Amino acid sequence: MMTDLYQSQRAMRQMRRQAMQRGVVAILDVGSSKIACLVLRFDGAGRLSEDNSIGSLAGQTGFRVIGAATTRSRGVQFGEVTAMQETERAIRTALQAAQKMADIRVDHVIVCFSGANPRSYGLDAQVELDGQEVTEAEVGRVLNACDVPDYGAGREVLHAQPVNFALDNRSGLIDPRGQLGQTLAVDMHMLTVDAVAIQNILRCIKRCDLELAGIANSAYVSGISALVEDEQELGAACIDMGGGTTSVSIFMKKHMIYADCVRMGGDHVTADISMGLGVPAAVAERIKTFNGGVHATGADDRDLIDIGGDTGDWEHDRRTVSRAELIGIMRPRVEEILEEVRVRLDAAGFEHMPSQQIVLTGGGSQIMGLDGLATRILGQRVRLGRPLRVHGLPQSATGPGFSSAVGLSLFAAHPQDEWWDFEIPVDTYAARPLKRAMRWFRDNW
Amino acid sequence: MRPLKAARAPVIHRSKPVTGPDADFASGARHEAEAGLHPSGVRLFGRRSRRFDPAPSRFSYRFQRWMLTRGVRRGLRLGMPVVLLVAVAGVYFGSEDRRDAAVAYVSDIKTSIQQRPEFMVNLMAIDGAGPNLSEDIREIVPLDFPISSWDLDVEQIRDTVTGLDPVKSATVRVRPGGILQLDVVERQPVVVWRTRRGIELLDDTGAHVERIASRKDYANLPLIAGKGADDHVAEALALMSTARSLGGRVRGLVRIGERRWDLVLDRGQRIMLPTERPVRALERVLAVNEVQDLLERDVAVVDMRLGQRPTIRMTKAASEDWWNTKATVGNGQKRP
Repeated sequence: MMTDLYQSQRAMRQMRRQAMQRGVVAILDVGSSKIACLVLRFDGAGRLSEDNSIGSLAGQTGFRVIGAATTRSRGVQFGEVTAMQETERAIRTALQAAQKMADIRVDHVIVCFSGANPRSYGLDAQVELDGQEVTEAEVGRVLNACDVPDYGAGREVLHAQPVNFALDNRSGLIDPRGQLGQTLAVDMHMLTVDAVAIQNILRCIKRCDLELAGIANSAYVSGISALVEDEQELGAACIDMGGGTTSVSIFMKKHMIYADCVRMGGDHVTADISMGLGVPAAVAERIKTFNGGVHATGADDRDLIDIGGDTGDWEHDRRTVSRAELIGIMRPRVEEILEEVRVRLDAAGFEHMPSQQIVLTGGGSQIMGLDGLATRILGQRVRLGRPLRVHGLPQSATGPGFSSAVGLSLFAAHPQDEWWDFEIPVDTYAARPLKRAMRWFRDNW
Repeated sequence: MRPLKAARAPVIHRSKPVTGPDADFASGARHEAEAGLHPSGVRLFGRRSRRFDPAPSRFSYRFQRWMLTRGVRRGLRLGMPVVLLVAVAGVYFGSEDRRDAAVAYVSDIKTSIQQRPEFMVNLMAIDGAGPNLSEDIREIVPLDFPISSWDLDVEQIRDTVTGLDPVKSATVRVRPGGILQLDVVERQPVVVWRTRRGIELLDDTGAHVERIASRKDYANLPLIAGKGADDHVAEALALMSTARSLGGRVRGLVRIGERRWDLVLDRGQRIMLPTERPVRALERVLAVNEVQDLLERDVAVVDMRLGQRPTIRMTKAASEDWWNTKATVGNGQKRP
């Protein structure tokens, strides 16, 4: 099973390379409330500016957003596909609009999604080096020597990234290749999700006549875009408050070391308002967006909000609610979400991190006064994060709701080394490659 | 669903529209109290528009992707106009009448351009030809002026004129002012060739110039005779110029057996020249003549055919004289 995964991930990497060669790839953020699609055009590696000073984004990006579209998500709950036909239609809608804007046909797509119960594992391994020097094969050997825990049937490894290498007594190496030593040790972070969710996404993409060139967890990619470089280096937690889920990821030394997800999000707040005020979900969403908040003041008692309605009953259609009441509905749910996040962070041992920085992003982080509330629950160092600015991104897609889409673009341009990027040692290769190829073929088509 | 653009139109929140009977009242429409009385067919057709679905159909999605493919777009941009143009032209020219009309229209325009006075040729001027030849040329180039210069086949006229025997070469061009200019170079006759069929003039290449009635008209030209003589006119001329010192005694040259020349003098004398280097042989004879007055004597033939052994044949009378002299002058006895 491990080798199968290895092969399929490698196939995806191959596909990504093809897409880079063709120069165009689509980014698809399958969320519970919206599906965002960006079309990227790669035009070589990012160049430094002419006078040799470091240009914008430190010359890190070599791509440009040439098409962007977003559509209301359908058939996705808690970040997982629940109605495939509907999801497929929504993906088609977003993709068609983005293609139209980009004026080019896109064949490869990189997807991120948030749900499917992500679970983090820390793995480590240690091998004696054959020679003195650490070669790529040695790195592959030590990665393969990791003792993979029994993560359960029906689950699939989504990410497996080496986060730290240690050579003899020296730890904290990012790239040990070429160095001399006796013993090579590695710490690896492995993220598993439900296999069914991946298969559903895969099926949706296939039905849209697209090739999957990569798949990522949205907690990870929103961390890439919402955390600034210092935060990624020194350690920080990124909390992506989406529609159906709130995903948590912790970064340290530019590697994700933990990811989890709370199955509650902005949609639940909307549902609370809808139930509390007795209005349809669309109206509740509008009220939440325009008038929502989490801190009630004296003025909010006098601030009356038209609820509206279309029943024809005059009394019913002219109802109003004070803003304080609305905040009274929203605040407990937001608190509950943040408490749950707190629990996850505690479970991950976030309080032992050298830096306690927390970054709130995602569409849900736009609730007025959320940073104040989050400070009280999560800790003092909380800020609201917006995605990194990338070339060609439309103004309307620069909000915090697009941090995972933008992060996925960065991920597509500069993927981190994963386990499967290193050659697996020959002795653990399965014996019959033809049979394996046939099986991979059957699995993917 | 709308694509995200950098500039977004501001969202305008309208006040809630009036509903129910008030709306009908405001718009003046008839209020239908019983909604259930709608015929079901209307519902059937209205269902599609009622349910709002922004998603493109599978077909339109695929079609759009297909249209966004680079090759297809280029093909459509270039191929469609071409196909359309060909189709329109094909349909239009499918009918015989329209095809004829188009051809007639084009030829009309062509004619009207060709008949412009700028292109008209009004007369033919012939330079370098005598009056007889000019008349001949006008006869064989039958053009009825004025004629358009587009209709003149200058090449063909030139070939025709050059085909005339007395014409060595000709240039034909249309001069500004609408004049067809023929510059003719005539052949110059240099020898008279007498054959069984008559007398004719040849130029220095041996080409036929003219047939004449009498040798006397061209008494100043040397005479040659014999079959195949016309192919060696240059050699004959060289021999004639060598024999210039004989003056009026030369009667002409005879080609013998299509192989060699005989120089014929008066009094029936002949100088038989060899096939190879006849001029040299003739010079030898002339040198002997200079010293010995050979040709003044009673010699019938000087045979130079064999260079190592020149031979002369005396006339019959001279031979008999010689025999008589020998009989008398010898030992005083007559031969038996």
